[in-house]
Amino acid sequence: MSGLEAALRVDRGVFGLDATLTVPPGHVVALMGRNGAGKSTAVAAVAGLVPLDAGRVLVDDVVLEDTEARVSVPPEHRPVGVVQQQAALFPHLSVLDNVAFGLRTGGARRGAARDVADRLLTAAGLAGLRDRRPSGLSGGQAARVALVRTLAREPRLVLLDEPLAAVDAELRPELREAIRAQLTAFSGSALLVTHDVRDAEALADDVVVLDAGRVVQRGPLAALRAAPAAPIVASLLA
Amino acid sequence: MLVPAAIAFVLLVGPLVALLVRAPWARLGALLGGDTVLPALGLSLGTAAASTGCCVVLGVPLAVVLSGSDGWPAPVRRVARALVTTPLVLPPVVGGVALLLLLGRVGLLGGPVFRATGFQLPYTTASVVVAQTFVSLPFLVLGVEGALRGVDRRFAIAATTLGAGPWTRFVRVTLPLAAPGVAAGAVLSFARAIGEFGATVTFAGSLPKVTQTLPIAAYLALNTDPDAAIAIAVVLMVVALVVLVSLRDRWLQGIGR
Repeated sequence: MSGLEAALRVDRGVFGLDATLTVPPGHVVALMGRNGAGKSTAVAAVAGLVPLDAGRVLVDDVVLEDTEARVSVPPEHRPVGVVQQQAALFPHLSVLDNVAFGLRTGGARRGAARDVADRLLTAAGLAGLRDRRPSGLSGGQAARVALVRTLAREPRLVLLDEPLAAVDAELRPELREAIRAQLTAFSGSALLVTHDVRDAEALADDVVVLDAGRVVQRGPLAALRAAPAAPIVASLLA
Repeated sequence: MLVPAAIAFVLLVGPLVALLVRAPWARLGALLGGDTVLPALGLSLGTAAASTGCCVVLGVPLAVVLSGSDGWPAPVRRVARALVTTPLVLPPVVGGVALLLLLGRVGLLGGPVFRATGFQLPYTTASVVVAQTFVSLPFLVLGVEGALRGVDRRFAIAATTLGAGPWTRFVRVTLPLAAPGVAAGAVLSFARAIGEFGATVTFAGSLPKVTQTLPIAAYLALNTDPDAAIAIAVVLMVVALVVLVSLRDRWLQGIGR
């Protein structure tokens, strides 16, 4: 069991992404950087949504992509869950059916998938939302449902792309706590993209700082704060 | 400014008012129940429904292909779109002639079929459906393509990362989200089909009870039984109004926004 091990190179015009990322099993790593630093590209590349120009992606020792060996597992077959910036709940499905969606693609029957989804929503304290449409949810509720939906498939790695970005500032502490509880109960690894150091403080074991597609510094938050390798690190962690 | 605007308005609305004023309301029931109108009405509704079905069955896949055409070379893409749009701007009579040249007894495809089996498509009820499908397919394809392109990409991404392959993604996410566009396209196709005249009369003729749809019956009745023609016109206008009302939310508000 080795969590995520990724060497990512994506060529994009002026500057691309050229970074190695590791998440030890069961850990949460915060991927931080300014807008355009390559955070979302890294998430898309690990998920298989953007092809690598060079590199490898391994999750729990399983090769998902290896450009040299010409291996590329399609995104729908990777044990990788993604929570997008705006929760992206399916607007035509109830909260319950949203959570059941990933279970059904895994082969579960409708009734069985709904039973499991119901149980997961109840465990997350969201049972009251089960019959609502996504349009009737607050930003925070949608983010929590999206995380339940992603974890329902029991991925080995979950990628959270700015899950708090669409939520009002005063509601973030509560949502952070809810996400923390969810991730604590989750046995896989997690990569959390954020530009808010409070997210990293509350949720992450380690921090990786990305700038212009390169890793500037990585390590525990306290260590980076004590000795920032570049001004960008100090300003992000301020 | 106001005078031409007023003339334009009268031009748009005046004929409809005249139709309503002159309609033989008292005899409407008898006229519509008569020997000419009732079979034509049944034929029109039946063929328009069938051609709308054909449009959905054939047009949705075509729209899917076109909506995924961004990776094609630009000239190919432009030509494909132009060809799909052609029936919209082509005079329907030309469409009818072209259909005869393809599917008629001596047509490119129809000729060999006729020689081999003795079957000929023109002047059958099926040929009415073919003519209507030809002219109304672009409405459905362009409408559905627009709806498919309008579906936010992040829903497809969400479905993918939740384990859905291309087919599941399409059937369970993209198509349901584009459903209002499919419905609107189908209603427009139906409206176009039920009003179809030129291509139908050219390709399918006007055999009573077989290929004589309402618009053709109205045109022929104008010489012999004007009241029947007016009654048919009223029926077709009601159909148009129903279409307008059913599309009100999508179209009129969409234009207003």
